[in-house]
Amino acid sequence: MVKPETLKNINEIRADFPLLNKSIYNRRLVYFDNGATTQKPQCVIDAVSDVYLNYNANIHRGVHTLSDLSSAAYENAREIVRSFINAGKREEIVFTAGTTASINAIAFSFGERYIKPGDEIVISHLEHHANIVPWQMMCQRKKAILRVIPINDNGEIIFDEYLKLLNSRTKLISVSQVSNALGTVLPVRLIIDAAHSADIPVLIDGAQGIQHGVVDVKKMNCDFYVFSGHKIYGPTGIGMLYGKEKYLDELPPYQGGGDMVDKVTFEKTTYNELPFKFEAGTMNYVGAIGLGKALEYVLDIGRDNIAEMEQDLLKHATDKLSAINGIRIFGNSENKIPIISFLIKNIHQYDAGMILDKMGIAVRTGTHCAQPVMDRFGIDGTIRASMCFYNTIEEVDSLVEGIEKVIEMFS
Amino acid sequence: MELNQVQNNIVEEFAVFDDWMDKYNFLIELGKELPVIDPRYKTKDFLIEGCQSKVWLHPEFDGEIITFTADSDAIITRGIVSLLIKVLSGRTPKEIIAANLFFIDKIGLRQNLSPTRSNGLLSMVRQIKLYALAYDTKNKKTN
Repeated sequence: MVKPETLKNINEIRADFPLLNKSIYNRRLVYFDNGATTQKPQCVIDAVSDVYLNYNANIHRGVHTLSDLSSAAYENAREIVRSFINAGKREEIVFTAGTTASINAIAFSFGERYIKPGDEIVISHLEHHANIVPWQMMCQRKKAILRVIPINDNGEIIFDEYLKLLNSRTKLISVSQVSNALGTVLPVRLIIDAAHSADIPVLIDGAQGIQHGVVDVKKMNCDFYVFSGHKIYGPTGIGMLYGKEKYLDELPPYQGGGDMVDKVTFEKTTYNELPFKFEAGTMNYVGAIGLGKALEYVLDIGRDNIAEMEQDLLKHATDKLSAINGIRIFGNSENKIPIISFLIKNIHQYDAGMILDKMGIAVRTGTHCAQPVMDRFGIDGTIRASMCFYNTIEEVDSLVEGIEKVIEMFS
Repeated sequence: MELNQVQNNIVEEFAVFDDWMDKYNFLIELGKELPVIDPRYKTKDFLIEGCQSKVWLHPEFDGEIITFTADSDAIITRGIVSLLIKVLSGRTPKEIIAANLFFIDKIGLRQNLSPTRSNGLLSMVRQIKLYALAYDTKNKKTN
């Protein structure tokens, strides 16, 4: 495929991310922990400093010029997010602290509004703890039941089993777009279509999906979509929750405070309109503005280009790692993002991670906040190399060298 | 040997390594040398769970000194455990309670003792001190 003229080459892309030049233990950093958080391009760092240097003021409150500027920048960020995921209206975009905060918000509000004893919520066996625990808490509060879609040995959900779980008591499906522990891409369109045929709404946890390709909530037709800014090259502490207007209108707010109200008396308070009903207190407007810039950066690189570069990396890494004697890769779906979760012989993941770190290679080890996935495979944890478009083939080769060194040291 | 003398010896042993890999190779060797814990004690009661690796720790008190045996599922952790055992096992409860473990910083292993998501080593030090406190209190009561 011929790439457009405007496409940045890998060196130009890497030059956008100052931290990638860092040395760790006198080795050039190989950052393969993008699933946990991504590094930030200079333009995002600049956008955040620009607020503090030039127009910092609380949003939606002041009559003064600075407050107008920051409010406008914040609302502009909302528009960027809306357009990025192709939501219909800005009212459907609520800023939160991140994916975890978004899921907790929906679990609370949805539970209050719709859930009765005996109702059922469906999640999958691939979920991050952030898409398990809030539902367990809600189920406990509302005496509802949590159902789990099982997975096969490749780390894919078993679709027929999912269909069997749907019944008249099912009130919500909440599944990941992509598994953070294994990299599996879930068939969200099929999941949503099946649920909708029984009038069941679906929440998609996009924490590991948003950064790896085009997300179009209209096409996907999910009822809720959530993601975190820091996993898509934006600042930490900012995320968003998209909800179809019909649901957001009906759901009660999950936090009370300033800015989310219409009129307050000690007898009764009426709530502000969408999306402000769900944005109590001073929002992380600086983070939102940074996130807006990050999304613009991603659009500038091109989401199809990103997906293509990442699939090249995944293929190279899978081929190279599979060739290492004694390696076991967990998650062998045909449809994956560039995450490789693996174990080497009987070497403990912590031992491997410590040695890789000394070689400048940053990977995550452990259960990746997805203990049920580890239990499914009968393991305590894995080593996870999570790549993204700014990583290189050479870095994958460094990882392979690192693994060979680990094998040498521990055998 | 005095507790602090043992710590100083460890610091000296590590001083010869200028490369991190050598340091870790040495820890791996120490891990392999750690005496095997009685399998009877590799149970939940003696487990100190960290996010990254597990440690089993068993105390044996003879009325005067505490002897610790331990194990871990990760070899590097086992290496660090064996250092802690060298310093703290075979000591009186009072010595253990008063111990200031300066060697950890000096050999550059502080990162292995971070309080969150750790390999359980910080919990292990805490647990050793708790055992010492418990035996010390028991001694006072019986005396």
